[in-house]
Amino acid sequence: MAVTGVILFLFVVAHLLGNLKIFEGPAAFDAYAEGLRTVGAPFFGRGWLLWIARVVLIVAVLAHMWAAIETTRASWRARPVSYRRLEPVETTYAARTMRWGGVLIVVYVIYHLLDFTFGRVNPSFVPGDVYHNVVASLRVGPVAAAYIAAMVVLGLHLYHGTWSALQTLGLNRPPTGGWRRGVAAAIAVLIAGAYISIPVAVLAGMLR
Amino acid sequence: MRVTLHVWRQPGPELAGVFVRYDMTDVSPDMSFLEMLDVLNQQLLARQDDPIAFDHDCREGICGACGMVINGRPHGPRRATTTCQLHMRSFPDGAELWIEPWRARAFPVIKDLVVDRGAFDRIIQAGGFITARTGSAPEANSLLVPKADADLAMDAAACIGCGACVAACPNASAMLFVAAKVSHLGLLPQGQPERAARVVGMVAQMDAEGFGACSNHGECMAACPKEISIDFIARLNRDYLKAVVSHPSSVVRGDGGSNG
Repeated sequence: MAVTGVILFLFVVAHLLGNLKIFEGPAAFDAYAEGLRTVGAPFFGRGWLLWIARVVLIVAVLAHMWAAIETTRASWRARPVSYRRLEPVETTYAARTMRWGGVLIVVYVIYHLLDFTFGRVNPSFVPGDVYHNVVASLRVGPVAAAYIAAMVVLGLHLYHGTWSALQTLGLNRPPTGGWRRGVAAAIAVLIAGAYISIPVAVLAGMLR
Repeated sequence: MRVTLHVWRQPGPELAGVFVRYDMTDVSPDMSFLEMLDVLNQQLLARQDDPIAFDHDCREGICGACGMVINGRPHGPRRATTTCQLHMRSFPDGAELWIEPWRARAFPVIKDLVVDRGAFDRIIQAGGFITARTGSAPEANSLLVPKADADLAMDAAACIGCGACVAACPNASAMLFVAAKVSHLGLLPQGQPERAARVVGMVAQMDAEGFGACSNHGECMAACPKEISIDFIARLNRDYLKAVVSHPSSVVRGDGGSNG
């Protein structure tokens, strides 16, 4: 769970850094999208590295989901008779919503791929014209709102996931006890906020 | 003071349980929670009713025998306090208290509020000890232990095995208990030879007992009467990963390796 989580976290960061190139204008953004296909040339052929990354990500997503389902089932089995009530003391909203948050993120990713990779739900999809596709989709109010909501869910998932993965991998040590949750929260807010800046910029007319 | 109790009454392991309401008057705020139940049991005996079964022993907060979930909190509302050390003054007059046993598949109810915590004993038997006879306390300077390690080992060794961590965990996981037991030996020189086998064996037994999977909520730490930190869970994970890398055969056998 933690290992696949780290892989997916690194993807989320890399994807964000790529996405932010949209603020450099259509030419830079489309060149970046094209660059994802030509990177590694001439050693790698066109799109090879992209497909290797996609395969790694698909495997990581499936393994992450499998681990989540297994641990959830183990936990449900572990308490056949539930409490009348169990008062939460230490846990966070983010920790309690990891499972539903994960489901929402899967739904979001499917929509996101249909929108920008397959172009099925995009209002005016033009293959290769990535900047146009992004703006065309996010200009629609409800779509932008859904993207923003999904990034809030992602931020919550990352907040618990970041420090939780370090805990599972045995990297948390007593000296960092006072601030590691704060750092995890800051990372989550930074990532979610940076992603949200794109639909907000489109709605505000900064990207057109 | 007056309190209204709703106590989980379950006549036996395979029988269904229900909450039964008891209205108590003239409760002294200076009574411990268990003394309050003692008074109730005297009243129940006087009218030929079955008294409420609950575990208790030292009543000094150091044996780990007592424990019940009071209003959704294992050992009740006070931090770092066992049920026997909880006083009725912790509750307002007229309080309504819901009292339940620890709930986990690995802790089956024997009767009322008494659960079978034999799973913890079997986890200890799977590696929570040092095989070699260590004799009486050694001369202080013959075996050097850094002060920081000694303190940390002591913090982990404070675990009394009450099971509140399992009771509080949304996943009914026993990670804090196992982490404490693995860590207090793993931090000391005497614990080193069997360190890898210990962690692998104890984790395998924990899984076999049917505890849930830790998802780092931290509820165990909040419920622990000895305030054992979840940093020990990170240490357990670290030890486990190291053991898997350095002693892969012990994982396959799942018997704790060399001392199996």
